[in-house]
Amino acid sequence: MLSNSTMRTPLSRVRGLGSAKSGTGHFWLQRLTAVANAILVIAFLGVVVSLFGRSHLQAVALLSHPLVAILMLLFTVSAAVHMRIGMQVIIEDYVHHEGLKIAAVMANTFFAIAVGGACVFAILKLSFGG
Amino acid sequence: MAEVKQAARPLSPHLQIYRWSWTMAMSIAHRVTGVALYGGSLLVAMWLVAAASGPGPFETAQAIAGSWLGRLVLFGYSFVLLHHMMGGLRHFVWDLGKGYDPQTRMNLARYSVVASGGLTLLIWLIAFTAR
Repeated sequence: MLSNSTMRTPLSRVRGLGSAKSGTGHFWLQRLTAVANAILVIAFLGVVVSLFGRSHLQAVALLSHPLVAILMLLFTVSAAVHMRIGMQVIIEDYVHHEGLKIAAVMANTFFAIAVGGACVFAILKLSFGG
Repeated sequence: MAEVKQAARPLSPHLQIYRWSWTMAMSIAHRVTGVALYGGSLLVAMWLVAAASGPGPFETAQAIAGSWLGRLVLFGYSFVLLHHMMGGLRHFVWDLGKGYDPQTRMNLARYSVVASGGLTLLIWLIAFTAR
């Protein structure tokens, strides 16, 4: 482009990363995990709802089935990533104090990893026994 | 930070002066349900960890889920989850550059409430008739 309507260099335009240096990566990851969640959520809800009022034996039998365990793992990981960046957007919208914002975004990341990690560990333990 | 000065010019209107519309309510609901699901994820993790911990902890978790408050939270969680999913599907339509005209916007907002409510009832109905 030979237009001088922008101050940005051609290289900067090609890279498309903008001032945040991450381009549309955040937006795209939110959409990617949203597609995954929209598909996996039906299986997840089906498992949770069908285990309502069931015994431990029945729960272990269902949750340790490879297909169920894989779908549960995929959903909990995808959902953890999705909710982490979703909550980050909310924090960035409403928390204006810089220090507080950094602390909140950090705590948000810890929360998402802790919840996701706990779910993954629990599902694997149910599958592999012990 | 400097103290807030009273501007002599007209300021952009704040949220509360707008008349409520379906699209506005659904946009707010999408964010609110997202926050609710964030909290709900902790309950899901606790339930799975209870199952992995053995029969004792799992029976306790199931007893809490089976109480009237537990049932309310679980039913609410499933509805909120599907509501947020429907809101996300609406965003996919917009991402494709479609559905921006007023009538479609309005219909998308209305139908996503109906669809998420209907899907929630359907899932619970299937769960209870299939057992």
